Amino acid sequence: MSDDRFTAIIVGAGPAGSTAAYLLAKEGYEVLLIEKGSAPGAKNMFGGRMYAHALNRIIPGFWEEAPVERPVVREIITFMDGGRSTSVTCRDQGWAEPPYHSFTLLRAEFDAWLAAKAEDAGAMLACNICVDDPLYENGKVVGIRAGEDEMFADVVIAADGVNSILAQKAGLAAMFSAGQVATGAKQIIELPAEEIGHRFGLEGEGGAAQLFVGDCTRRIHGGGFLYTNKRSISLGLVLNTASLGKGQIRVVDLIEDFKANPEIAPLIDGGTVAEYSAHLIPEAGLGMTPQLFSDGMLVAGDAAGFVLNLGYIVRGMDFAIASGEAAAGAVKAARQSGDFSKAGLAVYRKLLSESFVLRDLEAYRRAPEFTANPRLYGAYPEFVTSLASRLFTVDGSQPVHVLGKVWDHFRKSGLGLTDIAGDGWKGVKWL
Amino acid sequence: MAVAKMSVEQLLGVDKFLVDDDVAHIKVDKELCRACSPKPCTYACPAGLYTIKDGEISFDYAGCLECGTCRVVCPNADKVITWAYPRGGFGVQFRYG
Ligand SMILES: Cc1cc2nc3c(=O)[nH]c(=O)nc-3n(C[C@H](O)[C@H](O)[C@H](O)COP(=O)(O)OP(=O)(O)OC[C@H]3O[C@@H](n4cnc5c(N)ncnc54)[C@H](O)[C@@H]3O)c2cc1C
Repeated sequence: MSDDRFTAIIVGAGPAGSTAAYLLAKEGYEVLLIEKGSAPGAKNMFGGRMYAHALNRIIPGFWEEAPVERPVVREIITFMDGGRSTSVTCRDQGWAEPPYHSFTLLRAEFDAWLAAKAEDAGAMLACNICVDDPLYENGKVVGIRAGEDEMFADVVIAADGVNSILAQKAGLAAMFSAGQVATGAKQIIELPAEEIGHRFGLEGEGGAAQLFVGDCTRRIHGGGFLYTNKRSISLGLVLNTASLGKGQIRVVDLIEDFKANPEIAPLIDGGTVAEYSAHLIPEAGLGMTPQLFSDGMLVAGDAAGFVLNLGYIVRGMDFAIASGEAAAGAVKAARQSGDFSKAGLAVYRKLLSESFVLRDLEAYRRAPEFTANPRLYGAYPEFVTSLASRLFTVDGSQPVHVLGKVWDHFRKSGLGLTDIAGDGWKGVKWL
Repeated sequence: MAVAKMSVEQLLGVDKFLVDDDVAHIKVDKELCRACSPKPCTYACPAGLYTIKDGEISFDYAGCLECGTCRVVCPNADKVITWAYPRGGFGVQFRYG
């Protein structure tokens, strides 16, 4: 294989890598897409929902052919504490119509489909190969080594996900800290399609997305998630890894207790656990961006930390796809100028800034600071759920108007007015 | 509506693995673990692969979900944990993801 020189070697057939491979192959370039799993997607998991906009620009109407599960028509945010819960829900039937807002999906199938699109466009897909190191010539990356094999290219795209060994070995990324990532653990729970429709109040193919905050994480910074697939539910927890390390509660106990919570148990009753998976999520946004390009190398997707977690919105798939697109654009420009040096690849940053990738990460730069506030995981869910419970309680005691109840409740909560005002202000400004 | 709690062994039991019998992709220097009192790995590993047996850390790479949590949660990871992905094709095989 070492005789062939590729225009681009792309490491990782996740959404970032496969998008870049698809677009470069369509240009007619020699592209090698390398994946360590036995098939693309075999190593990947996520919560569950992809916002459709990024892929729809690249493959218009992709849902006609892609293995997507349900278009999300219902959003639910649930605060939970000590047997009480309070939810905010939003339904928009417009989201159930083309061009669809977002889809739940399963990665094993979806990633395999996207990689097959790249293959159909002419990319060479090599699975079962774990890339070990970048290869250099005169300080420039010129290929990769996997075991005994060496493969060469004008440019290497590190699309190898959050743990990006490649970007770290190439000196572009530093090892992140536990506070900059979260550990996600999830279970696939199988249920009949019509049962899912009934339980979540969904018509036809429509889907629901639910996020949970409160004692489901026992004050560990993070939350729960639930996404409805066609015939299964994706249920899990996302736990800031530094906070988890201090929590003294095992992840399995947290997730099993979550399943037993009265808010969850009826939703999954009778279901069969079909898979248990875990993965890290980069959570620090621009606080963990590596060097995005160097002589002969580009970094895309999770490897570049391109994930946005606003607490009520989690986005990584659309960032991965759009950064793969930007990487392909940079390779195309470098190919045209014949310059794959750092200077020649610098257009990558420009393309990322012109797309939503760096624009949105910049706009929500302070979101990680907001979500690091411990009150979000303890005091606020407790306050919201107990106040709501009180508003709905009739027990023959003295009438108190809403204002009185709120004020009394606030006084007893131990929360400071400045805290609430400050956090509220930051929330509306930063999220 | 009691949902029977599953053990970590039961949860990993539903997953599909192709265990590499020849190469352990993660190695742990258990000697160094002795000096660590918080042992966050024993809570944070989603697969519960870090346990304490006879007062010592016990670790088994089979059943690893390949997330990387141990590599980042260990207070002395540079010295204690040699972390890599399994060799190509080996390890966990998600059928849903
Ligand atoms: C629990 C959880 C919930 C999430 N929820 C959502 C959500 O609801 N919506 C959303 O949009 N995003 C979500 N995300 C984020 C989203 O999954 C990621 O942002 C996205 O998968 C990034 O795509 P990627 O292509 O950059 O990386 P990945 O999807 O991680 O793909 C990287 C690929 O590279 C391969 N690879 C790695 N190293 C090597 C190597 N050395 N050699 C060969 N191959 C290699 C891997 O096997 C993998 O296939 C979630 C993530 C998690 C963990």
